[in-house]
Amino acid sequence: AALNGGLRSQVSAALKEGRVTPTELCQRCLALIKSTKFLNAYITVAEETALKQAEESEERYKRGQPLGILDGIPIAVKDNFNTAGIETTCASNMLKGYISPYNATVVQKLLDQGAVLLGKTNLDEFAMGSGSTDGVFGPVRNPWSYSKQYKEKSVPKSHSEDEESNWVITGGSSGGSAAAVSSFTCFAALGSDTGGSTRNPAAHCGVVGLKPTYGLISRHGLIPLVNSMDVPGILTRCVDDAAVLLGSLAGHDPKDSTTIQDGFKPFELPNLTDVSKLSIGIPKEYHAPGLSSEILALWSKAADLFKNAGAKVVEVSLPHTPYSIVCYHVLCTAEVASNMARFDGLEYGHRSDMKDSTESMYAATRREGFNDVVRGRILSGNYFLLKQNYEKYFVKAQKVRRLIANDFVKVFRSGVDILLTPTTLSDATPYTEFIQEDNRTRSAQDDILTQAANMAGLPAINVPTALSERGLPVGLQFIGRSFQEKQLLTVAKWFEKQVQFPVIQLEEVKRHDTDVFQHQKSASFS
Amino acid sequence: QQVSVEVLEHLEHLALVDFRDAEGVERLQKAIQFADQLHEVNTDGVEPMDSVLEDRWCLYLREDDVTEGNCTKELLENAREKVEEYFVAPPGNIPLPKLEERETFLEGS
Repeated sequence: AALNGGLRSQVSAALKEGRVTPTELCQRCLALIKSTKFLNAYITVAEETALKQAEESEERYKRGQPLGILDGIPIAVKDNFNTAGIETTCASNMLKGYISPYNATVVQKLLDQGAVLLGKTNLDEFAMGSGSTDGVFGPVRNPWSYSKQYKEKSVPKSHSEDEESNWVITGGSSGGSAAAVSSFTCFAALGSDTGGSTRNPAAHCGVVGLKPTYGLISRHGLIPLVNSMDVPGILTRCVDDAAVLLGSLAGHDPKDSTTIQDGFKPFELPNLTDVSKLSIGIPKEYHAPGLSSEILALWSKAADLFKNAGAKVVEVSLPHTPYSIVCYHVLCTAEVASNMARFDGLEYGHRSDMKDSTESMYAATRREGFNDVVRGRILSGNYFLLKQNYEKYFVKAQKVRRLIANDFVKVFRSGVDILLTPTTLSDATPYTEFIQEDNRTRSAQDDILTQAANMAGLPAINVPTALSERGLPVGLQFIGRSFQEKQLLTVAKWFEKQVQFPVIQLEEVKRHDTDVFQHQKSASFS
Repeated sequence: QQVSVEVLEHLEHLALVDFRDAEGVERLQKAIQFADQLHEVNTDGVEPMDSVLEDRWCLYLREDDVTEGNCTKELLENAREKVEEYFVAPPGNIPLPKLEERETFLEGS
């Protein structure tokens, strides 16, 4: 069947017509998960329950009563979403063995639509990081490390050992989800996005990563990092699929009081042909220090693409962009300090054997359960929240946040519809190089282009654009107005069609459908 | 400026997380240095922003009716130590040992 096809256009049709069954899809994905185990994308594979869900879906298709486009579709969920009966670890010792008693709202919605939950994907511990390298289950490997495209461009090594250590990171923190989608082990995956954690790995793994507007999708059941910025993220292989997922997930949830109450209508994306009424803004501050010349060139080429197609392309300014990382650093650590306080060993999760007193038990539990990164952020956050520091740091950061958000308001008010920026500073870094800098430094560097959208709560999407000189994916980011996902995705879809990003050539992926690949063209954009 | 040992100890108490080693303290120092860049921004007359939804957000309220619950068993399932329907904790109201008595990196700094 069309393992590589779009959900709405190909997979759903194939399922309805019986050309493939949900059980076959599920089994194929499970087999592929096994053969790509070296990627370390999955923490838990829920084989039994997935097959059962697939069987139930098959019954519905036989009766001619599928629940919708997602019925029978294998999906993966980042391991910081609660999934009833399935271990939820946040890649931390603190939650090893924790079996969620409930489903996060977004998980429940997917299951209600008949989706098949294959498993939980790997991440940086508690979603803190930009590499998916800092979890207790080890780092996630970027599937593109094993692609023909990357291997062809690699300097040939004399020993096979060197080839092993050549692998590149997925980016983070939703690296497992991005790798899972990229390697065809699922059709879509849930991630989370607080500073770029969905868009960053999407860019490095060559998949679509959507960060919805804050307040559109429920956070109930998503183990929180920064309550005022977290959103569930959507990772798919094409923009249309992201729209399908968005349609299933968006909407008010009484269990999450930060979701807006306005009704949300799922939409199908039109095939935009005329971009002449569009105004694309190019924020000059996103030409950030460290931006690779390759990505700069692609960004410029993309701008020209829109210009040549008749759109209005203007340079704009978001002057407080250079401060968004610093602002994020303070607000994030402060909220983390508060959110991590719930982990005390009493009600769930790891508990130390220390019995001397409640406080010493809490301290020992947290000492044993959290890694350095988490502990570091808790301590920094507590520092910024000290009485003597509160105004100076926390409130100050909140004021700077308003300035950052206002920058966007001004630009959108001036007539710009969509902003076009790079998503990352470079293509994926080799793991051995990445771990030479500490987590905080890396996060500060890597989040620079994605973070401001979280500050302002705006929707943003990474669209895979081209392959770098090293044969690795590079993506570009579109940022839209609040709650204007339809416009954002419509433009993203138009762009996706123009660039024709190549399909990853992985030997491990046994593809039986040759006709699907007649539709795939090799990179015409790079 | 270096953060004083008193503040470091205070933080360990508040956070119930320890610095563990010199690297941990250095990490905090760097974090503060990094955050100090905020003071370059002029925020005169700017109100702090709590939520991006401040303009459109009317907090969702509902009737005070019980709609779910009765899940004691599920909630107790993940706790390591419990007795009947209670979570069991070691004795409370015992402060963490003072700096001198604790095994902590900060001792002697």
